[in-house]
Amino acid sequence: MSDINTIIKPENIIYKKTDVLSENELHYCPGCSHGTVHKLIAEVIEEMGIQDKTIGIAPVGCSVLAYNYLEIDWQEAAHGRAPALATAVKRLMPENYVFSYQGDGDLAAIGTAETIHACNRGENIVMVFINNGIYGMTGGQMAPTTLPGMPASTCPAGRDVSHDGAPIKISEILAQLPGTCYVTRQSVHTAANVRKTKKALKKAFENQAANKGTSLVEVVSTCSSGWKMTPTKANEWMEENMFPYYPLGDIKDE
Amino acid sequence: MRELKLMKGNEAIAEAAIRAGVDGYFGYPITPQSEVMETLMAEKPWETTGMVVLQAESEIASINMVYGGAGCGKRVMTSSSSPGVSLMQEGLTYLAGAELPCVVVNVVRGGPGLGTIQPAQSDYFQTVKGGGHGDYKLITLAPASVQEMADFVETAFDLAFKYRNPVMILSDGVIGQMMEKVELKEFKPRWTAEYIEQNHSWATTGKKKDRAKNIITSVQLEASVQEAFNHKLQNKYQQVEENEVLFEETMCDDAEYLVVAYGSSARICQKSVELAREKGIKVGMLRPITLYPFPTKQLQERAKQVKGILSVEMSAGQMVEDVKLAVECKVPVEHFGRFGGSVHSPGEVVEALEQKLIGG
Repeated sequence: MSDINTIIKPENIIYKKTDVLSENELHYCPGCSHGTVHKLIAEVIEEMGIQDKTIGIAPVGCSVLAYNYLEIDWQEAAHGRAPALATAVKRLMPENYVFSYQGDGDLAAIGTAETIHACNRGENIVMVFINNGIYGMTGGQMAPTTLPGMPASTCPAGRDVSHDGAPIKISEILAQLPGTCYVTRQSVHTAANVRKTKKALKKAFENQAANKGTSLVEVVSTCSSGWKMTPTKANEWMEENMFPYYPLGDIKDE
Repeated sequence: MRELKLMKGNEAIAEAAIRAGVDGYFGYPITPQSEVMETLMAEKPWETTGMVVLQAESEIASINMVYGGAGCGKRVMTSSSSPGVSLMQEGLTYLAGAELPCVVVNVVRGGPGLGTIQPAQSDYFQTVKGGGHGDYKLITLAPASVQEMADFVETAFDLAFKYRNPVMILSDGVIGQMMEKVELKEFKPRWTAEYIEQNHSWATTGKKKDRAKNIITSVQLEASVQEAFNHKLQNKYQQVEENEVLFEETMCDDAEYLVVAYGSSARICQKSVELAREKGIKVGMLRPITLYPFPTKQLQERAKQVKGILSVEMSAGQMVEDVKLAVECKVPVEHFGRFGGSVHSPGEVVEALEQKLIGG
């Protein structure tokens, strides 16, 4: 057995945590997708060399404390208002990179107006959209994206479409708007998908560098706690149930 | 000689904002204040000073755009009228909670609900007593002329940045719509990025290598941290109350009765004081210029001298509560005012004074 210190040498390192990601321990539950997406954004920021120019807008939801994990300047918005903050930040400091990080309740329920109008104006920002079909932070209530029949604490018998309406495919709606240049739906549940999501995020930030308009990266995600499943089971359930309703891939790329 | 112009109060706000070097205006149309954004759009300051002017999709969006801009250390503002300002209350409590400086203009109209587009002063409680949730205060300036509409834009920004707190210019449909001569200030340049970095080290301008990241937030999950933060806010408000009270007195030296009025109501009461004095009634007027902080101490002084106080406001009686709190029942305090969009005449004020305080 070789000593660990003989292994940890600069020439042997093939992967290390980016410095854009802080040393703080993540507060997210085991199996949650937030941590992976945080890491990917941090890596993209590092690779593009834009740490000193990037301003993140955190939402209300489980990722309300996202600012604890990325070593960039942050503003924490009221519930649903991140696109309005991002609009002003980018317009007042057009040389900076601005992204909002929002969940489904934030982006597709309470903040629908701010989301649609920021996209319609073609604000030159990146919107990262975590869609796990449930309100995680408040304890598993129905989200605008909760699937038909899917139970949540405010629809314990499952979402009844005749009562609550169908889950909203907000990315498809946003892709209709001339202001969006790139709308894609990804996931981070396998290594291959993680790589694809990172590529999508990088493209979104590059679109911002090229002044192309609004880029939206939806990440269909798991919420083991809210779904009351083990992380492995949650991934399987997502593949079987979420992906048919929210198919992965680019919705718009101009 | 400075530039003189005949302007509406709303136009004066816009013109003063450009000249003060304001970085951004975000708004949504509503009567009776739409001339603010219309003037800015016609003036195209983005071509001269670089000021950003954007019509938002709602007052909720515009106040949150203000939050975003303020978080970057920029001088940003919005304006609206009562129903729109009700929508902004969420944003205002977040701005206060995140200690962000900004200026909000409310050209008040009659309510409740959609109400009327005619002038009123019935948003006093909403402005100085909170409006949104939590323990916070808005520093509040009440212009009584078109000149003050122009002048208070810069005063408001100075106070906002001095205390890192939102400042409200509480105007009304009379001041917003009426035209008066205005002496305009010289153009001032907008703050440079370097100036903001040096003077507002808290701003989110992009994390430089030599400093820790800046976070603009109002969330403190630990109760003890939130309590400590609230104490910090209360200390700040105490400083504001000690240092920033503004008021104006008219014919108070020999006054036996005192009228307290702000904004357009104070303009009307100037005439009421004249009319009363013609009748031999010794009346003076105290005009609060800051509604928060309120001129409590000065009212306490005047209460030692006068036989009664009439609070005159275009509301069912809101400021009168602060007048009563200030004078602590030492002299009778009464309220008079037309409301719901109606405006009292100078003569009606004198009649009310005679009936409610003098008796006869």
